[in-house]
Amino acid sequence: MTNYLDFEKPLAEIEGKAEELRALAQQNEEMDVADEAAALDRKASELLEELYKELTPWRKCQVARHPERPHCRDYINELFTDYTPLAGDRNFADDIAVMGGLARFNDKPVVVIGQEKGHDTKSRISHNFGMARPEGYRKAVRLMEMADRFGLPVVTLVDTAGAYPGKGAEERGQSEAIARSTEMCLQIGVPLVSVIIGEGGSGGAVAFATANRVAMLEHSVYSVISPEGCASILWKDSTKMREAAEALRVTAQDLELLGVADRVISEPMGGAHRDRQATMQSVGSAIGSMLSELEEMSKADLVANRRQKFLNIGSKGLAA
Amino acid sequence: MNWITNYVRPRINSIFSRREVPDNLWTKCDECGTMLFHRELKGNQNVCTQCDHHMSISPRDRFEALFDGGVFVEVEVPEPVADPLQFRDQKKYPERMKAAQKKTGEKEAMLVAEGDIGRTPIVVACQDFSFMGGSMGMYVGNAIIAAAERAIKLKRPLVLFSAAGGARMQEGILSLMQMPRTTVAVQMLKEAGLPYIVVLTHPTTGGVTASYAMLGDVQISEPNALICFAGPRVIQQTIGEKLPEGFQRAEYLLDHGMLDRVTKRTELKGELVSIIRMLMGMSPAVAGDLPAPEVTVDSPEAPENESQDAKSD
Repeated sequence: MTNYLDFEKPLAEIEGKAEELRALAQQNEEMDVADEAAALDRKASELLEELYKELTPWRKCQVARHPERPHCRDYINELFTDYTPLAGDRNFADDIAVMGGLARFNDKPVVVIGQEKGHDTKSRISHNFGMARPEGYRKAVRLMEMADRFGLPVVTLVDTAGAYPGKGAEERGQSEAIARSTEMCLQIGVPLVSVIIGEGGSGGAVAFATANRVAMLEHSVYSVISPEGCASILWKDSTKMREAAEALRVTAQDLELLGVADRVISEPMGGAHRDRQATMQSVGSAIGSMLSELEEMSKADLVANRRQKFLNIGSKGLAA
Repeated sequence: MNWITNYVRPRINSIFSRREVPDNLWTKCDECGTMLFHRELKGNQNVCTQCDHHMSISPRDRFEALFDGGVFVEVEVPEPVADPLQFRDQKKYPERMKAAQKKTGEKEAMLVAEGDIGRTPIVVACQDFSFMGGSMGMYVGNAIIAAAERAIKLKRPLVLFSAAGGARMQEGILSLMQMPRTTVAVQMLKEAGLPYIVVLTHPTTGGVTASYAMLGDVQISEPNALICFAGPRVIQQTIGEKLPEGFQRAEYLLDHGMLDRVTKRTELKGELVSIIRMLMGMSPAVAGDLPAPEVTVDSPEAPENESQDAKSD
């Protein structure tokens, strides 16, 4: 662990102390620090539990954006075999903010598509921080179309702050590309399951997450606008993101209540980044069970099920 | 002067009637600064008679100008749950709603109607930018679904006038979910083989552009309308350079292949009639001013529609 979030500062201090102590003991063999270090570890894990027991919506946004959280690429490497990336929108470019291609999930062929944020400065820049341009959505449309033609289920992994707001993106029809991707999600006659693994940012997320089944990781968020953006518009003060995150209801738990998320996947104590392997395995088993729920459905039923799901959303509001 | 004239009448007016503008009022064109006589401006559908600048027009005024003889019947929209998230920012959402209702005299940000234009039966949905920026929440989603269902039931084309800042933040994720919901409505129309024509008006941005407003069979825009996903200010902040002249305006989008046509508001009706009649395989339109249709439009419960109901359901 190298990246602590601001609210984890007290935890960082305790864990830092324990580490120091152990380092000291390594230099000086006569020192016995085992008990003391173990006590600190216990204290740290208690604190971690305390902090993560009830994360505020804003803190969840921070965890969802944590740089060490497993990203799309990690899930594909871990959960899929024979991954064969397919590139390009056949019009203009290949946008690597979106990765996708053919792969096997539990030995069965599928099409997997997702946004990739990158894991270090260089890859973050080349992946444009997971913010897709029109070419990214058009690539997704092309892959979904192919999946539909060959009867392959589609798995989407959503992790984006939103579609890229740039000059070229606008000129090449960002809005049209997003609209077409959502449209394609709604019309393919194959199972489509989606997992929000980090940030589900606005239209850029909807374009992938208009699925038969939508799962969200416990500390992932899905929102119409970033809390900072909302705060600067409605509060005229972008530092009011805590209030905005609260009001917008961005958490997986609220979205399950609202019927937007079909299931919430538990994360290890302290968030996905503290045990990446375990997180990826839970996501894998959620994908497996969502796909098996849809296995028996006919093409027409899959389309009808997806449409009805979205038509019904919001009919009850928050039944809180 | 008594309490009736001072208090009750204005309240009743604000509830039941649209804003009444006195006939002797002058309006200044925000583009060329010409003072325009109110009645003349209204007669020209709020398009400046001097410089052709298209000012905003309410859905009701637009319908009056669009439908033959100004006759139309509103299509009922199912009411969504009010304030589904119990949203609070500096103001409560229901308070913002009340203020918008008072300002516009309308219930919500979209009006749906059916009627004839140039003797061509259509269903029209029109977004109201003056109502909370035309923002798309559950109601707007319901309105588009209701409009599509009505069009399918009556086997008519749907014309949609868009105008919105984007999604309605006060409905959070539920406003975002209107992107797939309205896309379902568009798909239902396409499956029924009915034309869906979008007229983008100033401004159409955000999630609205990224869903139903970009999925038309024919995409028309009014001149100089701002049409974008991310607004110019956001882009300028992101890329830190000046944007070209006319960026994200209708003509710019036309140049970049994102639109079929840019058409003046005053010529729109004729063009819609002509396009729709071709797409629907109808005979050419009769030119000239048509009087109001003699038979009033079918009310939503008209019995002769029953047989069609059975088929389309």
